[in-house]
Amino acid sequence: MSNVQIMTGNQAAAIGAKLSNVQVVAAYPITPQSQLAEIISQYIEGGELKAEYVRVEGEHSALTVCISASTVGARVFTATSANGLLYMHEQLHWAAGSRLPIVMCCVNRGVGAPWTIFNDQQDSISQRDTGWIQIYCRNNQEILDTIIQAYRIAEEVYAPVMVCYDGFVLSHTMMPVDIPDPEKARDFLPPYQAHTILSPEDPRTLNPVLFPNRRANSAGVLCDGYMEMRYKLQAALERSPAVIEETSRRFAEVFGRDHGGLSWGYRREDAELVMTGMGSVASEAMQAADILREEGIKAGVVGIRVFRPFPAKHLKEAFRGVKGIVIFEKGISYGYEGALCSDLKAAFYGSEHQVPVHSYIAGLGGRDVKARELADAARASWQEMQSGIAEKPTTWLNCYTG
Amino acid sequence: MPENLFKINAKEYILPGTRACQGCGLSLAYRYALKALRENTIVTLPACCLCVLHGIYPSTPVMIPALNNSFASTAASASGLVAGLQALNRTDTTVVAIAGDGGTFDMGIQALSGAAERGTDFIYVCYDNEGYMNTGTQRSSATPLGALTTTTPIATKQQHKKDFLKIMEAHDIAYLATASPSYPIDLYDKFVKAKKIKGTRYIHLYIPCPPGWAYPPRDTVKMGRLAVETGIAPLFEIENGKFRFTSRSKSMAERGNRLPVINYLEKQGRFKKMNAEQLHQLQHWVDGKWQEYMRRSQE
Ligand SMILES: Cc1ncc(C[n+]2csc(CCOP(=O)(O)OP(=O)(O)O)c2C)c(N)n1
Ligand code: SF4
Ligand SMILES: [Mg+2]
Repeated sequence: MSNVQIMTGNQAAAIGAKLSNVQVVAAYPITPQSQLAEIISQYIEGGELKAEYVRVEGEHSALTVCISASTVGARVFTATSANGLLYMHEQLHWAAGSRLPIVMCCVNRGVGAPWTIFNDQQDSISQRDTGWIQIYCRNNQEILDTIIQAYRIAEEVYAPVMVCYDGFVLSHTMMPVDIPDPEKARDFLPPYQAHTILSPEDPRTLNPVLFPNRRANSAGVLCDGYMEMRYKLQAALERSPAVIEETSRRFAEVFGRDHGGLSWGYRREDAELVMTGMGSVASEAMQAADILREEGIKAGVVGIRVFRPFPAKHLKEAFRGVKGIVIFEKGISYGYEGALCSDLKAAFYGSEHQVPVHSYIAGLGGRDVKARELADAARASWQEMQSGIAEKPTTWLNCYTG
Repeated sequence: MPENLFKINAKEYILPGTRACQGCGLSLAYRYALKALRENTIVTLPACCLCVLHGIYPSTPVMIPALNNSFASTAASASGLVAGLQALNRTDTTVVAIAGDGGTFDMGIQALSGAAERGTDFIYVCYDNEGYMNTGTQRSSATPLGALTTTTPIATKQQHKKDFLKIMEAHDIAYLATASPSYPIDLYDKFVKAKKIKGTRYIHLYIPCPPGWAYPPRDTVKMGRLAVETGIAPLFEIENGKFRFTSRSKSMAERGNRLPVINYLEKQGRFKKMNAEQLHQLQHWVDGKWQEYMRRSQE
């Protein structure tokens, strides 16, 4: 029996955290995340969720609380946006380096200066090299479901997971969401059993200073140096696509919803022109594909759900046979191009499938992008690609660049 | 041996041969603090000399569970440990955060103020060696007037030490105390007491540091005593707003035999560039603080 309710993305996220039976929450308010922190406070004070809520004085502390609570074996949750995420930067590395299964929502917002409270994805994109798994959601149902999945992934891989969703576009927009049955959610996500916890029963010093090389312990056994530990984090992330896909498949079995582990497709089967992106811009592209299809262009969409680990092998498969790719990105690696664009192009390096890729920066700081505009951009690129223009400079969509 | 030495827990929680310098005041203080805190304790610490004392992976001389954290995050880390233990119903464990003066007066102050304001149930220990020693004796806001550091290498520090105890007291915390490794029984007693109290407890340790202060390693205990005897490092505790001198400071307050600060300063290389005006200012500053404490002890 389904239990569909109309709710915002932030509400969906709060329910996701509640159904994951998180034990410690620490968060600091920032638009557009604030509502999420408020709803969870209500759950906890109202007795609906049995958890400790630490009302920290800043985001650096919010993530620190999660790190330390996770170290003693609690399941933890936090959420932030934009400058809050950047303020956590040091601790993002600390969390991943400590190999803790922390789950955080990043309610995507543009970064100051100058200030904007509106949506783009520069915040999370600029944190891509911190060792976190990043999953981008395209609707409120996916937000709720992904949080539950994220704990399973994090607790299996021993890496933190950032569940990203677009500020306002999703966080403050009402959509129907089917709320999973708590019993079923508990079966899908059993209580957290940490492999190592800090405890007086087994005293140890965690995260100490390391020398460059491996060193022997008192029993003469060679132990990891800093570099071996870094390698293990990387190796875990490299193995994680399989875990993400398996989690998604299991979730679909239990709840009947498949958000497509690493990526999802729309009218992809016979598509020659494929639009791609992450989050709500990719879901907007579905409508653009419909428009182009009506005009006789075989258009489709591949939505990239997981940005880190970058699923290069999987995406080469997802884009197999396509004749042109158009990327829409809500962020940029200043001085070069969109980060997703670079990664995707690199995935095709050396392969036989050399496909033209055109890249568009869109929707920064909440600038509106309509499906019609995405369709216009994709059509223009498609015409250029057919006249042999495989590469062109990044285009800033809906932006006065004169 | 004085009778009260026997009450000190005989068990050692730090094995000999740590990575701290010879004559390190911190190793002495930490040894007695852990004896008082005993097994059911989790320590969290940032980058600082204590982090080095804890050893290089995969070995540690410390037999108490410890979590290393980033420089600004010590008290937030303690909040997380407390929340996590609470969520798991393991509330019998004492959470202790220990950081240097740099990690407390400067970068860690936000997290500490937040944790204290929330009344977090933990002991925060600041070990104050009056500078960033781990990174090579740079100035901190705990460095006293007139001291040479590697970032005040010629002109010496131009400002007085920040009165951090006042800042902590302003948080209306459950317990606040100062201690010195030169008075180990007083130090031990304060930790035993702090362990029994609920809420935020703050203990300030004055830590003589041979390389940072430029004196011979054998003089650490003497330097700690002089700090107390000159009134630079008064020993006291504040419980439920009630101020009380303890140990040597108590007898000094009764007898009025406080030594001039010069007796302490002249033994340390870091004060060799101090001029007469600075000496006068520092003596005046210490006198003022001492008078204030005297007034409070008589309230
Ligand atoms: C964010 C950050 N900035 C700077 C440092 C470098 N750092 C490590 S320890 C330290 C000074 C520590 O001073 P204090 O807290 O007084 O402890 P002590 O070394 O004196 O024991 C500094 C500046 C750091 N680890 N992290
Ligand atoms: S620098 Fe000072 S505080 Fe640090 S280990 Fe050496 S003696 Fe101890
Ligand atoms: Mg110091």
